[in-house]
Amino acid sequence: MTSPPTATALAVRDLRKYYADVRAVDGLNLSVAAGECFGLLGPNGAGKTTTIEICEGLTTADSGDVELLGLRWDNDNNQLRQRLGIQLQETQLADKLTVEETVRLFRSFYDRGRTVDEVIRLVQLDEKRGSRVGKLSGGQKQRLALACAIVGDPDLLFLDEPTTGLDPQSRRQLWDLITEFKALGRTILLTTHYMDEAEILCDRVAIVDHGKVIALGTPRELIASLGAEHVVEFAPAGETSSVDEVELRALDGVIAVRRVAAGYELQVAALHRTVPALLALLTRRSIELAQLTTHSATLEDVFVSLTGRQLRNE
Amino acid sequence: MSEAIRVTTPAATDSTYNSLWQLVTVRFKEYAREPEALFWSFGFPILLAIGLGIAFRSKPPDIIHVAVAAGSPEAAKLADAVKRDSALAVEVLSPDSAMVALRTGRVALVATPDTGGAVHYQYDDTRPEARTARLIVNDAAQRGAGRTDPVRVSDSKVRERGSRYIDFVVPGLLGMTIMGGGIWGLGYSIVDQRRKNLLKRLVATPMSRAEYLGSYVISRLVMLTIEVGVLLGFTIFLFDVPMRGNWGVMATIIVISALAFGGLGLLIASRSRTIEGVSGMMNLAMLPMWVLSGVFFSSENFPRAVQPIIKALPLTAANDALRATMLRGVGLSGLGLELGILVAWGVVCFGIALKIFRWR
Repeated sequence: MTSPPTATALAVRDLRKYYADVRAVDGLNLSVAAGECFGLLGPNGAGKTTTIEICEGLTTADSGDVELLGLRWDNDNNQLRQRLGIQLQETQLADKLTVEETVRLFRSFYDRGRTVDEVIRLVQLDEKRGSRVGKLSGGQKQRLALACAIVGDPDLLFLDEPTTGLDPQSRRQLWDLITEFKALGRTILLTTHYMDEAEILCDRVAIVDHGKVIALGTPRELIASLGAEHVVEFAPAGETSSVDEVELRALDGVIAVRRVAAGYELQVAALHRTVPALLALLTRRSIELAQLTTHSATLEDVFVSLTGRQLRNE
Repeated sequence: MSEAIRVTTPAATDSTYNSLWQLVTVRFKEYAREPEALFWSFGFPILLAIGLGIAFRSKPPDIIHVAVAAGSPEAAKLADAVKRDSALAVEVLSPDSAMVALRTGRVALVATPDTGGAVHYQYDDTRPEARTARLIVNDAAQRGAGRTDPVRVSDSKVRERGSRYIDFVVPGLLGMTIMGGGIWGLGYSIVDQRRKNLLKRLVATPMSRAEYLGSYVISRLVMLTIEVGVLLGFTIFLFDVPMRGNWGVMATIIVISALAFGGLGLLIASRSRTIEGVSGMMNLAMLPMWVLSGVFFSSENFPRAVQPIIKALPLTAANDALRATMLRGVGLSGLGLELGILVAWGVVCFGIALKIFRWR
């Protein structure tokens, strides 16, 4: 288990926000320790953005309590604004301004913080400092947004889907920057629907679905909770129904079996025992394989086993 | 890089860290980098003034073209008599081509003498020019035939600066520029920032909302000084438009108008999330005033019953005040009603806008 938190940077208790036709946040609880990088992982529409925007003081909750750095929005608005860094999910910064002018503008709002030069260097936009924002690539824009979020040297940083829509290289670059910020001992709350992002960046993850936390722990703990180290997927060449699910379940090392589009998905504890047994079974039944893949269990598999749905439903 | 990240600078106090200053300079930079915006605020009013100035420039009195229908000996005699009047250009045409010229408007009147010494006039009595031609031609014909006038008369010709169309239209263009700048300058930019979630992002920082709105007011007033200066300087220099009032009074009217239209712009922009939505509302607000408020023609042309409504519009008040000062030299004491209307618009619009403003 994680060591008990020394101080709580963010505490959310029984948060609720209902819109006319949807319960966006429905009794959500969170506790983020100072210095922790905490991830809210869930599919689109799970209530992640509503939750983070309530924490950021941009949306008001119907009920529940949010305490940040020992302060509350009702009484300490100005102080909180000075100490939080925020990156919204979709913000287009002014196209006509340069990188440097944009960072300078955001810096001017904070009583204390980093220098403009320092932040630009930090997000690796030195070469683009004189370029118009409208001319930047998606990854560069996202790094500029990060620069604006950290220019006030925040104690608590909120990142809402920081790498959505970016190419793999830009994502990796942003992960490095976030990891460096984390190394300073600052607290981060981020939302994502990428399991790999949560696994790489987050000390702890809350899996969110339908406005509730359905699982909480370190990525390792959550994966271990499956009881399965690996996932085997296979598709028979003929009819999927030609395979007997009961027989699959009885195979050595199999923990769970699921029908998927073209075949079956087995959560297994020991790959080296299950795969030979599976192949032997298929040979006995004269079933040919169209496809066979295996991967280590991920947070995605945790989500699937909890909800029966995929994280990404694109 | 890990080195750099550990350095936290102490609070900086120089002007680059002054947020109001940053907000205002950002406004100017964004504006200056938008060539279309520059054209609409500087180029357009000047081009309009040049166009109108050329179309309605002071010209020597118009020469009226008339035709005398040929075919009788009296025709030549009549033509000679009429030619003596310098205000007329006379052509002798066959009866058929004279009628064609009349119908196409090339001549204002056709005079047909018959053998008995009588003259028959054909003209369109709804055209002022044609009625003038009828009077002058008839006068010339009567005198040519020997009439003597019992009263001796003499003329002196007065052409007053300030009564020309250009003198009327320049204060109107000025009012229109102030209105457009206030409504477009605030409305478009604010809604664009809201649409891009930039407004929400700014509100997520410790930025002061008063400074945010203040930066618009300051940048509008500075831009307006330039816009008004260019338009006024240009028309005074090129068309000799009179400036009979006090410049201080003029500046007061302009600033109060700018604040009134700024308030209206803010109100229009206070809720909208789309450019299409706000453009529609801006046009809805401005179009009636372009027509009703006496920019290009006097608002007195509209029926008496609607005059109180027209007078209450902010552009009417601005135009009336600007005209009174520029053309008649009226001071502040004579502009109480107009300035009162403008202040009321400003206060009410700002008040409602701040109450209902959508910051995210």
